[in-house]
Amino acid sequence: MSDITYASNDGSTAAPREASAGDYIALLKPRVMSLVLFTGLIGLVVAPGAIHPAMAAIALICIAVGAGASGAINMWFDADIDAVMERTSKRPIPRGRIEPHEALTFGLFLAAASVFTMFLLVNLAAAGLLAFTIFFYVVIYTMWLKRRTVQNIVIGGAAGAFPPVIGWAAVTGGLELPAWAMFLLIFMWTPPHFWALALFRRGDYAAAGVPMLPVVKGEASTRRQIVGYTVLMLAASVTPLFFGIGGLAYMIGAAALGITFLAISFLVLREQEGTYCWAGRLFGFSIFYLFALFALLPVGTPIVLGL
Amino acid sequence: MTMAMTPEDEKRRHGRNRAIALALAAFVVLIFVGSVVKMTNGVIPQLDVEIGR
Repeated sequence: MSDITYASNDGSTAAPREASAGDYIALLKPRVMSLVLFTGLIGLVVAPGAIHPAMAAIALICIAVGAGASGAINMWFDADIDAVMERTSKRPIPRGRIEPHEALTFGLFLAAASVFTMFLLVNLAAAGLLAFTIFFYVVIYTMWLKRRTVQNIVIGGAAGAFPPVIGWAAVTGGLELPAWAMFLLIFMWTPPHFWALALFRRGDYAAAGVPMLPVVKGEASTRRQIVGYTVLMLAASVTPLFFGIGGLAYMIGAAALGITFLAISFLVLREQEGTYCWAGRLFGFSIFYLFALFALLPVGTPIVLGL
Repeated sequence: MTMAMTPEDEKRRHGRNRAIALALAAFVVLIFVGSVVKMTNGVIPQLDVEIGR
């Protein structure tokens, strides 16, 4: 056991080495968690049936903590590339505030606690899907796909698409088809969202050896694929309406926001190589787009489109 | 091994300990509330039905 002595407070001491509570919160990727939490909440709200408000709150806490746990384990595994990339170099592990094994222990503990609590207090379907989501993000995306294939975020994006299905399952106890319409929307949204970021962070990914699309296929191909996936995303944004999720407000919002998204993606396509003004705007708008679309899903009387 | 601990380090450790205490207390409350809701909505009404109350 270490003896602990106290250094004099003469201003000559080095930067603090002890991790603060804030450093541990940073391990949970709170910004990603906010989107996960929000889409999970909408999954709960639009699901048929009723859930006690306390149970709904518990389900959301479990979803948030499970997402945070995935983030912490991801930071443990990716500590080497996080240190190289400018965007992630300020994370607690590269800064030396938290040891990698501490992040892993923290993440595993939170993952187990969130899944167990979800099973104990909510239901098996929601707990099972939460466990699968954590597994998918950590093992399939972080450990397997991220450093191996250019399709890393296309397939790995599924991890971020599960939360509304988990919210739905918390209410119904099942994984019915309508919930997967929300999954499809986020799944199709992830590539243009992430590739817009990867365009202006291309140097970061190249330095870290992560085979993101702009690094492997070049900017022109990435810009074309952003437009292609945006078209697929627009199609996916209609699918909830076939299952009675979303009303007139959603329909109008999906059309207006979708057209704007597509217009910006075309501007990204037309942008000169090496300039990322519209790519940056697309990245920002994509976050607003998903928040706005999910916020509109529970508004008004649901419309059921027929084929 | 001797580790020097600055007043800033000490402050951070205290903050972290407080956060852990709060998180544990919140977890206990969460399990308690969840259990009460589950019992009042599920187990107790089911028992009432079974004993014919």
